[in-house]
Amino acid sequence: MGPQAQARVVLRLDGITKRFGPLVANDAITFDLHEGEVIALLGENGAGKTTLMNILFGHYSADEGRVELFGSPLPPGNPRAALAAGVGMVHQHFTLADNLSVMENIVLGTEPLWRLGRGRAAARSRVEALSRDYGLSVHPDARVGSLTVGERQRVEILKALYRDARILILDEPTAVLTPQEAEDLFATLRKAVARGMSVIFISHKLHEVMAISSRVLVLRHGKLVGEVATEATDRHQLATMMVGTEVAPLEVRAHAPGPVLMALKGVSTPALGNAIGLRDITLELRAGQITGLAGVSGNGQAALAALIGGLEVPEAGEMEMAGAPVEGWSPRRAIDGGVARIPEDRHKTGTIADFSLTENAILESYGDAKFSRKGWMNWRAAEGFARDIIATYDVRCPGPATRIRLLSGGNMQKLILGRVLERGPRIILANQPVRGLDIGAVTYVHQRLLGARDEGAAVLLISEDLDEVMALSDVIHVISEGRLSPAFPRGAMTPAGLGVWMAGHGFEGAEGGGADHAA
Amino acid sequence: MRLEPIADPGLGRTFGYPAAALAATVIFAMTLALVAGAEPLAVLGLMIKGAAGSKFALLETLNRATPLIFTGLAVAVAFRAKLWNIGAEAQLYAGAVVTVLLGTGTLALPGPLLLPVVALAAAAFGALVLLGPATLKLRFGVDEVVTTLLFNFIMLLFVSYLLEGPMKDPAGMGWPKSAKLIPEARLPRILEGLRLHWGFLLALIAAVGVWVVQTRTTLGYEMRAVGLNPVAARFAGLPVGRIMIKTALLSGGLAALAGWSEVAGLKGSLTLDLSPGFGYTGIIVAMLALLNPLGVVVSALFVAGVFVGADSMSRAIGVPSYIADALMAAALLFMVLALLLARVRVRRG
Repeated sequence: MGPQAQARVVLRLDGITKRFGPLVANDAITFDLHEGEVIALLGENGAGKTTLMNILFGHYSADEGRVELFGSPLPPGNPRAALAAGVGMVHQHFTLADNLSVMENIVLGTEPLWRLGRGRAAARSRVEALSRDYGLSVHPDARVGSLTVGERQRVEILKALYRDARILILDEPTAVLTPQEAEDLFATLRKAVARGMSVIFISHKLHEVMAISSRVLVLRHGKLVGEVATEATDRHQLATMMVGTEVAPLEVRAHAPGPVLMALKGVSTPALGNAIGLRDITLELRAGQITGLAGVSGNGQAALAALIGGLEVPEAGEMEMAGAPVEGWSPRRAIDGGVARIPEDRHKTGTIADFSLTENAILESYGDAKFSRKGWMNWRAAEGFARDIIATYDVRCPGPATRIRLLSGGNMQKLILGRVLERGPRIILANQPVRGLDIGAVTYVHQRLLGARDEGAAVLLISEDLDEVMALSDVIHVISEGRLSPAFPRGAMTPAGLGVWMAGHGFEGAEGGGADHAA
Repeated sequence: MRLEPIADPGLGRTFGYPAAALAATVIFAMTLALVAGAEPLAVLGLMIKGAAGSKFALLETLNRATPLIFTGLAVAVAFRAKLWNIGAEAQLYAGAVVTVLLGTGTLALPGPLLLPVVALAAAAFGALVLLGPATLKLRFGVDEVVTTLLFNFIMLLFVSYLLEGPMKDPAGMGWPKSAKLIPEARLPRILEGLRLHWGFLLALIAAVGVWVVQTRTTLGYEMRAVGLNPVAARFAGLPVGRIMIKTALLSGGLAALAGWSEVAGLKGSLTLDLSPGFGYTGIIVAMLALLNPLGVVVSALFVAGVFVGADSMSRAIGVPSYIADALMAAALLFMVLALLLARVRVRRG
């Protein structure tokens, strides 16, 4: 790491420790960030990445240790100090005002209110210059509400640059981008680094970390367990460091698909508030096949999940199950028809936080004769069912009477898996099934989905993680603005090829051709 | 200042904070007494004596607690399913009206049959009164807080019309008052010579019944699920609308029983001052009980004791009995605050 080794230290974390009760979220973390380098902060969910950044930004005070910015100590617990010293952060969830223009968002908070309006031309030319220099093309007068997610991220970065940030922190920045947009982001970051910017890149995607960083810091259970030069490592080593044990690669055997269990023929659904609806979708879910749905978030995934989950009915078009049109479609019908639904938001939709594991386990089946007879609950049977799930699906918990809010996301997801898979479903709707889970839980969920496929279930896997979709799916559809691409069989498309569709090209009536990118 | 939630508050916090709220309420009451120019400890002593210091005082408290248990249960059942029934007052009067309508000799039934039939009819009409707002909420999204609250005034004016018109007792010397119930329609006293009627025991039975419904039956499970997370309940295929309707019927019926038991057990006839706001006080009772049906009994006794004690104290030393209202409000606010603080940690910065 030639030049960086001598470069000035811009940020130094020295022995940062933060405890939440018995949990040590950050355990004596020490590292330096040099001028003009990109370090990747790698770790699973709950490894302590977010806590560390919250300490840097003064949202939390560290119990021990100190932060130094540009050689001077940062006062703890002051959210403005880091910003004023030139640290910019691009959050996973953007902090922009939708009803203001790009320009207004960028200058907001940098000028005293009574002087707003003066110096506007100067500000504008500065934003245009930054936008040009860093390859961040976005129209300064566009309303932020009308921008794509990728464009919004550019506004966030422009905002940081406009405030003369010399350190840029990006939290999982590619989660919302198409592969092409991610490439553009990397190009921007390289330009910024060449001008002396220092970057902390938080991620759990190994190939991105390999592509953009010069140094990788690995956090695990709050401890800094490894620091390696990117040149001197590979994905396998990083994954092992991150998880703490060898990670076995997922084995996906080919499997012959069976008959169509669910079919959508020219189905449209209305938009719900800000959520986009479906536009003339045709989709077949076959037995023994995983159908992957790729797409940038907010392009109709929620509408499709709501439709198949029974929460919405088609406005136009036909919905068929096992060859017959569905009638009176509802969550109840979906469950009784053998659709297992793993919802996107396991906290709000999938479980009732203040219900026990037992009460959550029977949420879809409490009306079965096994659990309820003549209006009386059979709690003993319900608890037995919960115990079975806990044992079979390896749910780590104090017991079935525990309130589910006390469980980790992974264990919550395992309970949901047990709840729906124990009914022997024919169709499985898995909406973002591994979001926010650690690698152990991710592997577990994926194996269960593959197992269900091998036993003949039709699986629809909705994910914003293209790697996940490509690894698991037998066929892939891309969803964009409520439209569905044709089915691409496994291996027929490169990530770039899918990215073209994700960006909205290739659909009937739209410009561009996705077929050129087939592998 | 920031609030950080605590995952598991533990026993100390769960009981310590409500106890502190109770202590704060007592201190507040003594401060009020001081402001009123009285000796705080004397006021407190007189209130306790007036509420529970003699057989007569105790029975008076139990009598006063009876309608509060019913309305408290009505509110607890509804709130548990996030159906904000502020209209227990209207449902109470609905029950009372039906009691008078059927219990004044209009319905000829053998003695032991008349009482339960009148009670059930009263409950049914109370249930019907809440059915309207519940349906409006489900079909058109009309806020039931508004509809149930306003219905209280409609019902009170309607009762006023009845008492001045069709239901007016011809032998009532011109007072707006209904005819008296026939003896067969009256709730007997538990023991001869004691001024405590069967309504109190029925209220206790109702509390146990509601507790059994909530913890042991399918409907109870459904009501709790809908109340805790309607989104998850709908997603899991629960018939949320139907559950809401059943909840409304149960809640309205319980509140109507308060009116029935007051007329049939205590007053014997209907007047416009049958309820000094039992429907509204039921909200406080239910909230203090954390919506637990068995807790409702305890909190109804507490609230009734405060009112009865304050009346008695007021007669003795002239501190206005409004102190009871101020006390109830304070108790509720302290309790809500205590319950919040029990579940979070306050952090500076």
